[in-house]
Amino acid sequence: MEDTSDKQVENKKLSYKTLLIENIKYRTLLTEKYKRKKPWEKKNEKKLIAFIPGTIKQIYIKPRKRVKEGDKLLVLEAMKMKNDIVAPINGTIKTINVKVGDRVAKNELLIEFA
Amino acid sequence: MGLKRKTADLKKRMREAIKGGGSQAIKKQKAIGKKTARERILSILDAKSFHEYDLFVEHAGRDFDMDKKYLPGDGVITGTGTISGHPVCIYAQDFTVAGGSLGWAHAKKITKIMDHAMKLKVPIIGINDSGGARIQEGVNALAGYGEIFYRNTQASGVIPQISVILGPCAGGAVYSPALTDFVFVVDGVSKMFITGPEVIKTVLGEEISMEELGGARVHSEITGNSHFYSTTEEECFDQIKQLISFIPWNNEKKAATFPKKPPKTKQYNIDEIIPTDPRQPYDVRDVIRAVSDDSEFFEVQELFAANIVIGFGRISGQTAGFVANQPLVLAGVLDVDSSDKAARFIRYCDSFNIPIVTMVDLPGYLPGIDQEHAGVIRHGAKMLYAYSEATVPKITVIMRKAYGGGYIAMCSHHLRADFVAAWPTAEIAVMGPEGAANIIFRNEIKNAENPDDMRKQKIKEYKEKFANPYVAAAYGYIDAVIEPYETRNFLIHSLEISSLKAEVGPKKKHGVPPF
Repeated sequence: MEDTSDKQVENKKLSYKTLLIENIKYRTLLTEKYKRKKPWEKKNEKKLIAFIPGTIKQIYIKPRKRVKEGDKLLVLEAMKMKNDIVAPINGTIKTINVKVGDRVAKNELLIEFA
Repeated sequence: MGLKRKTADLKKRMREAIKGGGSQAIKKQKAIGKKTARERILSILDAKSFHEYDLFVEHAGRDFDMDKKYLPGDGVITGTGTISGHPVCIYAQDFTVAGGSLGWAHAKKITKIMDHAMKLKVPIIGINDSGGARIQEGVNALAGYGEIFYRNTQASGVIPQISVILGPCAGGAVYSPALTDFVFVVDGVSKMFITGPEVIKTVLGEEISMEELGGARVHSEITGNSHFYSTTEEECFDQIKQLISFIPWNNEKKAATFPKKPPKTKQYNIDEIIPTDPRQPYDVRDVIRAVSDDSEFFEVQELFAANIVIGFGRISGQTAGFVANQPLVLAGVLDVDSSDKAARFIRYCDSFNIPIVTMVDLPGYLPGIDQEHAGVIRHGAKMLYAYSEATVPKITVIMRKAYGGGYIAMCSHHLRADFVAAWPTAEIAVMGPEGAANIIFRNEIKNAENPDDMRKQKIKEYKEKFANPYVAAAYGYIDAVIEPYETRNFLIHSLEISSLKAEVGPKKKHGVPPF
């Protein structure tokens, strides 16, 4: 009997949340992992971000330069590999946020197109 | 030299070898709250049952002046023994000897005891506490890991393989535990990762502690790499002993039979656990305890993907593997992690002749971009694959909701459950009433004078007609509608009657599961 009362006390402390599945609201607890998940963001084609952390070894372009899809923009060295970073679209370079020798993190903004 | 002198010489050699890394290194090991490798083996095994092999093996390093060094037992202790009378092979890496680093001879000792376990058809327990490859031995250290991985794979599904992480286990070394059946971790002691915090800091500039990167808690709650979490080594050893009591020696045997014991029905009254409102939570583990012998339930991966519960209990003295949706967490949905967790457990039970009892109460799959992008299709398919392929007795009890794909996935008759029972509270339908009514009566609702009232009415109609077990029962998709209190008897009988079940699938080398 003592066990049940303990459990009720414990239940009161649990912070239940509402989860909506197929229009039905369920009262439930969430997991740590669920709470930590990041909201999805639509990819912005005009913002070129680092796909891997590494070091900027070379930059081939300057602001206001017009580039075609596939043109080499810079070299990002990561995991002992020199990766050519190419233009994903036809466009004009607006800003270059890195310089040669910079260490960049994953998803760091490298270049912005106008 | 007479026998006496020879014996004295043996004793001296043994004393030298058993000292391991010596008193300084042992002191260091103890200072961080760790037991020595030998203490660990002796605490896991029955008293006086440990028989050690290869105590005098010497390391094979020839370069970088290694040939001048003596490394007792080459940093690993191996042998055989018993746990509550069950035979096991065991090895423990000794961090006090060259940081437990793995060289050619060290690996050779491990693979030798693994080969023994396979020949003798008994479980193998590996205690990992190692700084990684012995760099001085170069490619021979890598060869050693490869030989261990190959044996782990060959032994998978033949003998139970248990990994105990009691120290660092980094780089390639992590893949042996990952290939084994059960991984035990201890808070503050276990550390597992492919690349450590220092490399991450140098390469990525991100700072993280060992504990936050690959500590026991992380692997138990976030990655799912571990199966049993504890706060002390003693607690961990108790968990190992408990696990051994639930599993057989090998894939040709059944787990040991225990004396039958009734559940503690006063504490776990099955009629009072489940709220009839399908939107209200409860702890499904209480239902398992309400039907299992002595209300005992030995949970596996308690902290990971807690929206599904897996673990061992006994029905009428025989081990059963339980798989149950947990409405208390994330409403009991199936998602990437819970599918992964359950599928692997189902395969474990099937490999080792453990019948599977599935308890169903789920609203379906977790909606979300993250889930879709994380491959919930592929991971969800693992459950269908594991259940369909399993030939051990499969018993299913539908307690409350069984909607949509979730109904199929939770060991329905369609995936060849042997017996499916439903409680009167069961709702077996293609989707929840709210969603279904919105689709089926879309036009009626849209064209109604008062759409909200019409929606409510249609939901009510749908609920009355479909939110019950009788439509599925009418098609024979469930075998019986039973009252909750009859569940234990249903399980006892279903398991007894299927004890000789033999099912043979089509001939094949192996399938291509959605790994």
